[in-house]
Amino acid sequence: MSTVAKIELDNANDTRLRGVRWWKEVGWKHLFAIAMIAYCVFPILYVLSAALNPGGTLTGSTRLFTAVSLQNFTELFTNTNFPRWILNSFIVSTVTAVGTVIMGAAAAYAFSRFRFVGRRGGLTALLIIQMFPQMLAFIAIFLLLLTLRDIYPFLGLESLFGLIAVYLGGALGANTFLMYGFFNTIPAELDEAAKIDGATHAQIFWGMIMRLVTPILAVVGLLSFVGTYGEFILARIVLARPENYTLAVGLYVWGSDERNAPWGLFAAGAVVAAVPIILLFMYLQKYIVSGLTAGGVKG
Amino acid sequence: MSTDTQPPEAPPTSTSAPQLSHARDLSRPGFYVKLVLMMLVNAFGLYGIMAAFGQEQWVILAVLVVTLVVADYVYFSKRSIPAKYLMPGLVFLLVYQIYVMANTAVVAFTNYGDGHNDLKGPAITQILKTSDRRLDGTPTYPVTVVDVNGSLGFAVVEDDEVLVGTQEDPLEPVTGAVESGGRVTQVPGASVLPLAEIQQRQNEVLDLRVSVSDDPDDGWLRTDNGTMAYQARSVLRYDEAADTFTAENGTVYTADPAQGLYVAPDGTSLSPGWRVFVGTDNFTRMFTDSRLQGPFLSILLWTFAFAILSVLTTFALGLLLAVVFNDERVKGRRFYRAMFILPYAFPGFLAALVWKGMLNQNFGIINQTLLNGATINWLGDGTLAKLSILGVNLWLGFPYMFLICTGALQSIPGELTEAGIMDGAGPWRRFWNLTLPLLMVSVAPLLIASFAFNFNNFSLIYMLTGGGPNYPGAPLIIGETDILISMVYSVAFESGVRQFGLASALSILIFVVVGFISWLGFRQTRKLEEII
Repeated sequence: MSTVAKIELDNANDTRLRGVRWWKEVGWKHLFAIAMIAYCVFPILYVLSAALNPGGTLTGSTRLFTAVSLQNFTELFTNTNFPRWILNSFIVSTVTAVGTVIMGAAAAYAFSRFRFVGRRGGLTALLIIQMFPQMLAFIAIFLLLLTLRDIYPFLGLESLFGLIAVYLGGALGANTFLMYGFFNTIPAELDEAAKIDGATHAQIFWGMIMRLVTPILAVVGLLSFVGTYGEFILARIVLARPENYTLAVGLYVWGSDERNAPWGLFAAGAVVAAVPIILLFMYLQKYIVSGLTAGGVKG
Repeated sequence: MSTDTQPPEAPPTSTSAPQLSHARDLSRPGFYVKLVLMMLVNAFGLYGIMAAFGQEQWVILAVLVVTLVVADYVYFSKRSIPAKYLMPGLVFLLVYQIYVMANTAVVAFTNYGDGHNDLKGPAITQILKTSDRRLDGTPTYPVTVVDVNGSLGFAVVEDDEVLVGTQEDPLEPVTGAVESGGRVTQVPGASVLPLAEIQQRQNEVLDLRVSVSDDPDDGWLRTDNGTMAYQARSVLRYDEAADTFTAENGTVYTADPAQGLYVAPDGTSLSPGWRVFVGTDNFTRMFTDSRLQGPFLSILLWTFAFAILSVLTTFALGLLLAVVFNDERVKGRRFYRAMFILPYAFPGFLAALVWKGMLNQNFGIINQTLLNGATINWLGDGTLAKLSILGVNLWLGFPYMFLICTGALQSIPGELTEAGIMDGAGPWRRFWNLTLPLLMVSVAPLLIASFAFNFNNFSLIYMLTGGGPNYPGAPLIIGETDILISMVYSVAFESGVRQFGLASALSILIFVVVGFISWLGFRQTRKLEEII
């Protein structure tokens, strides 16, 4: 970009820009930034204001921060299903993340460290499978869970574990490659050394490899957590009873009903639901930038 | 992401003697951990096999048996070490991704949906039971609803004898029951349902048919209110040999295996039908049904337009910001950056709902406060709704583009720009001919991925507009802002009659498009890499 070279040229003559020239070259960027920040922050301020507004309707929330109280939040945690939804979301996202990490790492270990028949074919198949998002087959998933309900009620419709099992079905396709690349960076000499010392394949995997790849495990786990937390369509078709909803489904039900919507409750719920994800994102942004997630993990 | 990454050369089955895994060594805890886990797996599998046997789900039974045998072999044999690591993930992948995708393809060629939910046998029973009418000249009985070992039944008094029957078992005399005033009050081995519970299980009670005898032509008892029952019989006669139903007025309904329906000569049919393969009907219907073809083509176009415009707008804004703020003279860039990615950090489904509230025609903050009381119908007018969707997606999506463009810009070596300056290229030329092509190398695959993502951006559309405003006159509930995936959802779950077959056929269309885009993506990655 031109600026890089320009800076050097500018710096050679004049260490600081002043007056008109500063405005022309740097100052306007600050104005631009302020305008952009307003654009970025406005909806977030709005939802915060609506959450703090005790009126609780859409109409009442058109003036920002006219009334401030925690009434919506108290209501949220005492008289609604919201605490259940948080719990459900955390159970589903955590179990899915842990399962994804373990199964993905195990598969990556197998592909990276063993030579077996069908290895290349398996890798290629995974590469093709990961192109197709699992949610495209949501009708067949619904029908499958409908049938499974008669055999394993806890894996059928209306069951959190049924939903988790569905999410775990997408685990291998999406994450094995990411981990496979990382596993390959760990020298095989380490395995050999461990083997000579009498370690078994299980000891090498659990005791050595898994410790060396902890960073990628954390990233995959957190990305999976964030993705599951915001997943909507599958959760919507599997969970139909209000006490089973995850946050995404529950808040959708509150927020979509415009006339009788408990807008204040929705806003308060949105604030509570967004905080952990915003924090995680701030932490994860460097991995997202590096292209790990290709296309975005927004749910 | 690339298969080219060379894995370390590790021949694990090397010359050294095969090491005994601790999970095989009886003196180590590993073995017992494995044993307990495998016991759980086997218990789970056997339970499922028995349940599948009870439900007569033969396919599931076969799958469970095979999976269980394979699992036991894999984890108890000395060989197949890689399989020990692959199996858990593979099972989930096969069931919840491969199988469901294959099944989508199968369902796409059937008429599966409401009215065609089951196989032919259950459909015949269902037709008989739903087409019953009270027999003329038969009395009503005071009836007691009872629960016999978990299944509902009726208890009635006939000729001073108490008869009890359930859905499965016809009426039989019972001894030891207590009766008062023609009504049964106690039955040994069964519990009498109190009124409250009858109300609670209303639908089950109303659907209950208790056969009078083993011969279906004798009819069955049914109730409309839970207290009085009458004898009813199907007004249709089923002729097994001819596979026809005959109504009382003589109309003959013949089985039509092409439609999965019993059809009369005048075109009327009996409900429900059954599931049959209908060939490519579901695929061609979109183009041949005159009420559908217009809306469908618009939706197809809009899906592409939405995906392309989403990528272009977010990329343009993201790139602009990245270029403008890739300038060390601007102080506070770290702060700006943190603010710019806030929309990305905010969960997407929540953002769509918040924007929906903000854009509300009468009460939204945008009309009320920012536009001083205007009543612009942001989400209710076709064109405005499309613009709103793009606008909201711009807010949601530009930070991602900003992040990846910033990263890509910083990785472009400064020497190249200097060389450009030396050659006398102006800033514009340097941007278009140097920076942008180099940027595209790393960014293009992500743009294609972003296109694929937006092509299926169900939650944004569904939460913001629900696909509306709807097309009037279309036989499905679809609207101007629906994209293919939200149309699929509507056809499958929200258009009144659930049409899984049609919806699956539409999903197959999406599969094809997504597959093509991904293939393009891979090719593009290779091609751009060759440039450098």
